[in-house]
Amino acid sequence: MPPETGAVVEARGIHKRFGATHVLKGVDLSVGKGEVVVIIGPSGGGKSTFLRTLNYLDQPDSGEVWINGAAMGAAEAGSGRAKLSDAGLSRQRRQVGMVFQQFNLFSHMTALENVMSGPVHVLKTPKDAALADARRLMALVGLADKEASYPGQLSGGQQQRVAIARALAMHPSVMLFDEPTSSLDPEMVGEVLQVMLDLSQRGMTMVIVTHEIQFARKAADRILFMEDGRIIEEGRPQELMDSPRNERTKQFLNLVAEGS
Amino acid sequence: MIWDWAAFLHYLHSPYLLTGAAVSLALSIGAMLIGLVFGVGAAMMRMSHRRWVRAPASAYVWLFRGTPVLVQLIIIYTGLPQLGIQLGVIPSALLGLGINEGAYLAEIIRSGISAVPKGQFEAARAIGMTWPKTMRIVVMPQALRIIIPPLGNAFNGLMKTSSLASVISMEELLRRTELLVQVQFKVLEIFIVAALYYLFLTTVWGFIQARLEAYASRSVSPIANVTVPADAT
Repeated sequence: MPPETGAVVEARGIHKRFGATHVLKGVDLSVGKGEVVVIIGPSGGGKSTFLRTLNYLDQPDSGEVWINGAAMGAAEAGSGRAKLSDAGLSRQRRQVGMVFQQFNLFSHMTALENVMSGPVHVLKTPKDAALADARRLMALVGLADKEASYPGQLSGGQQQRVAIARALAMHPSVMLFDEPTSSLDPEMVGEVLQVMLDLSQRGMTMVIVTHEIQFARKAADRILFMEDGRIIEEGRPQELMDSPRNERTKQFLNLVAEGS
Repeated sequence: MIWDWAAFLHYLHSPYLLTGAAVSLALSIGAMLIGLVFGVGAAMMRMSHRRWVRAPASAYVWLFRGTPVLVQLIIIYTGLPQLGIQLGVIPSALLGLGINEGAYLAEIIRSGISAVPKGQFEAARAIGMTWPKTMRIVVMPQALRIIIPPLGNAFNGLMKTSSLASVISMEELLRRTELLVQVQFKVLEIFIVAALYYLFLTTVWGFIQARLEAYASRSVSPIANVTVPADAT
């Protein structure tokens, strides 16, 4: 049954296996409009996989995902339905922006062409409208002067900001960030986090997987601690970080605190 | 008589041989186009995750790369009529060279596509591109710059391999050279002219290929090769 929660993202009972490895063991998540949810936890705990099931880049083995009340990968709401075609799934993915750890900018396109690629090729937006919007977004991420640069000519931080602009160009209802700063040099982490912070203050709905604990404290409405394929603990940033109830959460936060 | 300059210079601009060279070029282009159709098709099929799609394409590549193109040409032109399949000289030459070429191009194209990083596919899917769109707009343009150099070399090879069509009496450059020699007896002079024609064709192609390569890789300035181990889960 489709949930009547009005949530932008609703995931219930997500399971995922890769071969013999049971990566996700029943994960639930509900994200309201404008809410920023940060998922933390040790590597290998299933954070990224869970994020990728939300837009069906990895299809869950069981469990369901609803985006704006529509079941992902399903031809129609309700049980006993058929699987959605490639075209149908692609249509659903338009509503979900995704930012990757490795940026994944299209290397044969300029920064501006990257940002325009979704609107022009997927939404069939007229070129001049797409161009104007892409310019606005390049300015929003502080790269108005890099429009003509190819990804190979940009620093990691700049590439990631272009990647955020590319995802925003689809005007998604939710943005997923998969460890967006993990492959950046330390001095570039700040510029990307700043763009994300701006976005959250503009009311963007976001689900973020990150190891940046201080950022999580600042930006998150809610933090989930995930380990071994399950959400172990969740709460408001202050609660979870200053007085974690779960022993594993405590250990993890201490470990991260030592590291930084 | 050792070397007859007058004869050599005469045949150098013989319309008979020039036409033969033009036929060789046309045959090569035609066979290349046929080869590209077969090659792209077979490459796509071999990347499918369904075995019954992969298998015929693999068999095709195995068969045509594993036997000499000369044998294939003779089978198509002189063997198939026995089964009631009559193909003229030109269709036989085009088809024989083209299908053979396709088997080699399939491997080139497949390796080009698999050299495009997985993240490029994922990013295209994530902004809502369908599979065909992902291939056309994101993957193929990037595969092309990897594919163009070997593809150009394949065409260079094909222009020379096209001379095998002389065996099934296709009147291309080599066949016309042989016919001319039979009447004129200036063996060395005429064959050297033919060799120069082939050399001219491959040399001009070499220049075109260099331009194509430069064009296809115009966006690859210092590509940042990010090699951070991704969080597997």
